[in-house]
Amino acid sequence: MFGRLNLDAFKHESSQNIAVIGMVLGGIAIIGILFYLKRWKWLWNEWLTTVDPKRIGVMYIIVALLMFFKGFADALMMRLQQALSVGDAHGFISPGHFQEVFSAHGTTMIFFAGMGIVFGLLNLIVPLQIGARDVAYPFLNALGFWLFASGAVLGLVSLAIGKFSTAGWLAYPPLSGIEYSPDEGVDYWIWLVQIAGVGSTISGINFLVTILKMRCPGMTLMKMPIFVWSALCAMVLVIFAFPILTATLYMLALDRYLGMHFFTAGFGGNPMMYINLIWAWGHPEVYILILPAFGIFSEVVPTFSEKRLFGYVSMVWALIIITILSFIVWLHHFFTMGASPNVNAFFGVMTMLIAIPTGVKIFNWLFTKFQGHVHFTSPMLWFFAFVLNFSVGGMTGILLSSPPVDYQVHNSLFLIAHFHGMVIGGFLFGFFSGFTYWFPKITGFFLSENLNRYAFWCWFTGFLLAFMPLYMLGFMGATRRLDHYEASTGWHPLFLTVGLGAAIILCGVCIQIYGLFMSIKDRKNNLDLTGDPWNGRTLEWSIPSPPPIYNFAITPTVDQLDPLWAIKRGLAPKPEKDYEDIHLPKNTPMGLCIGMLSLIFGFAMTWYIIWLAIISFTAIIVCLIIRLSGEDEHDVITAAQVKEMEAARLRSQTT
Amino acid sequence: MKPLIVHHTPDPYADTHSPDTHQDTFSKTVLGFWMYLMTDCILFAALFTTYAVLHNNTFGGPSSRELFSLSTSFTETMILLFSSVTCGLGMLSALRNDKNRVVAWFSVAFLLGASFVAIELNEFTHLVHEGNSWRRSAFLSSFFTLVGTHGLHVSIGLLWMFVMMIQVYLLGVTAITFRRLAVFSMFWHFLDLVWIFIFTFVYLMGVI
Amino acid sequence: MSDDLSLKEIQKEWHGTMKAYVIGFVVSILLTAASFFLVITRVLSGRALVFTIIGLALVQAIVQLLFFLHVGQEAKPRWETVVFYFMVMVLLIIAIGSLWIMIDLNAHD
Repeated sequence: MFGRLNLDAFKHESSQNIAVIGMVLGGIAIIGILFYLKRWKWLWNEWLTTVDPKRIGVMYIIVALLMFFKGFADALMMRLQQALSVGDAHGFISPGHFQEVFSAHGTTMIFFAGMGIVFGLLNLIVPLQIGARDVAYPFLNALGFWLFASGAVLGLVSLAIGKFSTAGWLAYPPLSGIEYSPDEGVDYWIWLVQIAGVGSTISGINFLVTILKMRCPGMTLMKMPIFVWSALCAMVLVIFAFPILTATLYMLALDRYLGMHFFTAGFGGNPMMYINLIWAWGHPEVYILILPAFGIFSEVVPTFSEKRLFGYVSMVWALIIITILSFIVWLHHFFTMGASPNVNAFFGVMTMLIAIPTGVKIFNWLFTKFQGHVHFTSPMLWFFAFVLNFSVGGMTGILLSSPPVDYQVHNSLFLIAHFHGMVIGGFLFGFFSGFTYWFPKITGFFLSENLNRYAFWCWFTGFLLAFMPLYMLGFMGATRRLDHYEASTGWHPLFLTVGLGAAIILCGVCIQIYGLFMSIKDRKNNLDLTGDPWNGRTLEWSIPSPPPIYNFAITPTVDQLDPLWAIKRGLAPKPEKDYEDIHLPKNTPMGLCIGMLSLIFGFAMTWYIIWLAIISFTAIIVCLIIRLSGEDEHDVITAAQVKEMEAARLRSQTT
Repeated sequence: MKPLIVHHTPDPYADTHSPDTHQDTFSKTVLGFWMYLMTDCILFAALFTTYAVLHNNTFGGPSSRELFSLSTSFTETMILLFSSVTCGLGMLSALRNDKNRVVAWFSVAFLLGASFVAIELNEFTHLVHEGNSWRRSAFLSSFFTLVGTHGLHVSIGLLWMFVMMIQVYLLGVTAITFRRLAVFSMFWHFLDLVWIFIFTFVYLMGVI
Repeated sequence: MSDDLSLKEIQKEWHGTMKAYVIGFVVSILLTAASFFLVITRVLSGRALVFTIIGLALVQAIVQLLFFLHVGQEAKPRWETVVFYFMVMVLLIIAIGSLWIMIDLNAHD
């Protein structure tokens, strides 16, 4: 009746029990607040059934941030364990639990914090920057979000019920096969990644078509903001890389569930084929994360330098070349796994080549600032930290791209330091910069700039303390994923330093959370009344903060880059002055419905509750057929209503 | 306010018309579905490549030379090809707003597609009963998965086709049903395209 | 949408013709029959046979892409075609790259 699920699945170590109780209490608190404030109808109408990308973007960011905190908690546990577990001491987590923690950390951060932030920002900003009112497929956009959320919830469920995978964030076989990981952990991992992955693929198609087909009049490709270009390239990567992930996890699942032999150690299976395929996806994936971060800096740096972005054309070409090259480097993730020198050399050289267009971008940002009027706002501070940390991390990447060097440090803490320089120094700092920059646009009020700065300094110093010693440890032979080491290694002081760095980052995170809550509480005193607080260049700053539901009352017409600066100087084509009826797609509960059914399906498959899996899967098919057989329904905002909404907005601005 | 440092000059050749003249629902749907088909190509490419890597790993069991029947695969190929063409003829009827002909042609395509799935299931059942299931070796795992995934796509296509026939029967040929038929026919032709590579690389190469 | 296309207009966007389907159908049958014929009768053998049937498959694929899937016939900008070529590029990279790597690994056991 319950498949393999039994009461043992609810028993955990005490540290995990605390987390689970906290999670459950938090959920109850939120439900309680909703009842108290009588906000269920509001939640349903405004958020759960929405197809408005502005709302969907906010939901993505909220889920991504929640998952980021979970992943960060995993990181803190690892740092604490490694600071404590030396010689005769054994820390506070068992080895088995530690394996679950590092597996969950990577999985959560890449698939949920990372991809959630990417799609969140794309939802919020891309339609605005291309002068569009909506995305190409509003329902599929919502569906993509709910599949993503479903995967995230399945990850949280795995914390409370049963064990998670102990096979790392990529679940290499044979360890991840049924013989060596017979319990539910790897199954949880497979289903939450697959469900979220389908969501990502759908969203990738949605945004690529949006960018290609829904730009406003006059906005040719070479007049798009670089953030949109970076989104376009990232979506190309999503579309062509995620199917490889889907296929590979499909085959791993077939091995586990139906006794197949793709990646088993016997019967002719070949585990290296998994590693080959998973990294053929995995390398483009990291570029999916970093390209939008590059795009964010291409928006922030010119605005806060009061100067046009240097080298627009070379920026575009750099993005395109990085996109193509990112498909030809994947073997560098497994140089040490037996390929001959020729093969290693080819992929090593290809990897080194990617540094060139990346360097072009960094120099272009720096040249943008040269002779500009630079404002040292917190988004700019994040940029400076990025230049330092991402460049250092990037240079260690060049070191790693040489196979002989990689043989020394592969899977050591040197590698960990390198890629965290990329994802934290590059991706996360980019996100923090963009989050602060665009927060007033989306919400209509400002974050506290002072608190932003304190948080920044905590993150910056914390990051350096937490990750620079890892380079040293890696050189000294410290392997990754260690839950214990000997005192004679002499590594303990460095692990203490690293732990201190993590604690300082924790301070930064706490300041950010506090700052967010205080800003929301205090919002009436911090309103963005003009819609353009930074003297922006691009179209999103030409509409109110927060934007009206239809984004643009009149679709803009552009004829050059940085169209808003042109408008401000009186150098732009005059837009049409007549309001027209605006059609917007109707809300629908189907996205939420299919998302929840997917969650049930993933859980049922994990625990071999076959009857539930069949029912939920059939229900998903039925929902899809119903939804895709319906009429194209729209709400209409008449021209008169638009005129009135615009007039009301002007009135409230001048009072 | 401090003056901006950069000077802007409007592009005299700028085209202020919509950069894409085809922003209607039909064009957007076709392009989006095409992109989905491209992702499916990559998915099949991963399965094909895995088959290529594993097809000799028979683990002492039978190889493709012992197991594959050219007459079966030829029959399947012809059936699928006919199904693809009758689907096309159905689309031509939709161009003429002839809803009855549309349902008729698609019914033929449906029967042919269902026959294809039946023959394939028969082939698989036969192999399993002989003891040559997907558990026997990596070769058999990759064979069953590659061919079976294509068969699964065909089965989903049959369900979709069935729903479409009902829609056209009830609603006639409208802008909406024509759009959906067009997208379905892309899917159905795509499956025949993938099959070309299956009968070539799996069945024909398998007996050489 | 108020400015969305009517049935007549979208029917003009769709590119199938009887001629295209007949040509595609007949050529596909011929190419398929040829492939099976060559393998059954072993008129060619070894590498020649392999390359020939791969060639026949590629030709048939192109025929079906042109005559059934109407690749290249869409309105400008031809995004479907651009995306198609990009897919082919990625596909070849993944397939050839993976085969190169895996054959190399197997040789070094």
